[in-house]
Amino acid sequence: MTDVPKIELRGVTKSFDDKHVLRGMDLKVARGESVVIIGGSGTGKSVTLKCILGLLRPDDGAIKIDGQDTTRLRGAQLDAHQAKFGMLFQGGALFDSLPVWRNVAFKVAQQPGVSRKEAKRIAVDVLASVGLSPDVGDIHPAELSGGMQKRVALARAIAAKPEIIFFDEPTTGLDPIMADVINELIVKCVREVGATAISITHDMASARKIADRIAMLYEGRIIWQGSKKEIDNSGNPYVDQFIHGRAEGPIKMQVRKL
Amino acid sequence: MNPLAIIGRAFLEFLAVVGRLVEFAANGVRHCFTPPFYIRQTAKQFLDIGYYSLPVVGLTTLFTGMVLALQSHTGFSRFDAETAIPTVVVLSITRELGPVMAGLMVAGRIGASIAAELGTMRVTEQIDALTTLSTNPFKYLIAPRLIAGTLMLPLLVLVGDVVGVFGGFLVSVYELNFNAANYVSQTWQYLERSDVTSGLWKAAAFGFVITLMGCYHGFNSKGGAQGVGKATTNAVVSASILILFANYMLTGLFFAGK
Ligand SMILES: Nc1ncnc2c1ncn2[C@@H]1O[C@H](COP(=O)(O)OP(=O)(O)OP(=O)(O)O)[C@@H](O)[C@H]1O
Ligand SMILES: [Mg+2]
Repeated sequence: MTDVPKIELRGVTKSFDDKHVLRGMDLKVARGESVVIIGGSGTGKSVTLKCILGLLRPDDGAIKIDGQDTTRLRGAQLDAHQAKFGMLFQGGALFDSLPVWRNVAFKVAQQPGVSRKEAKRIAVDVLASVGLSPDVGDIHPAELSGGMQKRVALARAIAAKPEIIFFDEPTTGLDPIMADVINELIVKCVREVGATAISITHDMASARKIADRIAMLYEGRIIWQGSKKEIDNSGNPYVDQFIHGRAEGPIKMQVRKL
Repeated sequence: MNPLAIIGRAFLEFLAVVGRLVEFAANGVRHCFTPPFYIRQTAKQFLDIGYYSLPVVGLTTLFTGMVLALQSHTGFSRFDAETAIPTVVVLSITRELGPVMAGLMVAGRIGASIAAELGTMRVTEQIDALTTLSTNPFKYLIAPRLIAGTLMLPLLVLVGDVVGVFGGFLVSVYELNFNAANYVSQTWQYLERSDVTSGLWKAAAFGFVITLMGCYHGFNSKGGAQGVGKATTNAVVSASILILFANYMLTGLFFAGK
């Protein structure tokens, strides 16, 4: 059983009207592994995560969790599938009608036998692990800075200790020191809690730190994947251009020179 | 292009919308009756939809009752039937104007705010976030609103009925020189219980329609601030039209049942 991948995508396609975003994406993530997906803006990284979560239905292909296809789940089975995940949304997606601590403890508080006091204690603990003081817990998300919102969203994603965690750009908008704190936190989640993680990032320093494996998405497919040590001599011109951030190369940006 | 094809396509499009709406409504109602129930959320909606709509509904029905007394006096004095005014006022208010005026006002107030709130939650991915936190958005967001709308509108209309009749009383006594005691006894004389209950049934139906339209358009909104604005407009317009349509259908039904 151990060699059944925790997450497996096979030939996943997804289009919005006539815009083909995913065009046959394949990816395997082992249990307890941390995979980072890199790729240009708008290549479908966030869409990939939403397909796995069952928030979007792929047009074709299979998405297996623990060997079970999940693309056709409905009702209670879909709920049970989604309960396995924690997700840090790219835009935070904090509930602005609730104070920070109730955001963080949202899932924990719904588990039977967890009192309000207990939920708040857990929220304060998790907030501390992302470098936020307990009094942040009582204010509303709209009053926080962008970086603080990101950290609250991260705290919410990990608070209930899910089996699988997705981080969509966890360090964007953070200062370099806080970014490193978050990187370490993600590593800790994977190592200590044993969670399986997929992260999306444009920040190569962060990718090197949190990844066991890096995969590059380009034009709806994974065009390269390998361990983080291999990335510097991947021999793949697309990967080279991306990690060195060069404007010139095989990846053409749709811009017109001024 | 073939005009028949255009008509046919528009008709099919219309059927598709009706189908989606019926499915959405059925889903919403089902989640009203299956646990878990979010008591806190529901209580908050009771307050928002019921309590905070009292001033609007009270003022609307007050002026409606007042103008009704004046206008029926204009008509009835032409054939010496002024004594019918109390009866006309109370029947018009309880059977018709109370529920319709309250329904239209609440459609503006509540339909719009539900659509704007859910629409914003949709475009900022808060609804997706709910799903990843093991919370069914239908149960957490939609069921509480449908329940509160359907139960609170009859209560609001009951209050509105009393206020509306009181408005007619004020004008009749202070403007048209009715005897106060006579006016009150004549109000009761021809009033039947079914006059009031038929109005309250209408109110329940309107409350359901208003919250359903707000939820449906908000939940399915897309495309940022503009999309939310469009959802809000559509919610109010469709709720108002459906109220007037349902009002006729229900009146016909009660009329036939006599
Ligand atoms: N709900 C949607 N409806 C229509 N198009 C969508 C939708 N969601 C995403 N797209 C389109 O799919 C493409 C991929 O979007 P996605 O959000 O996955 O990009 P991304 O790789 O995460 O980019 P970034 O790094 O900028 O976040 C984009 O072109 C986007 O316009
Ligand atoms: Mg993205």
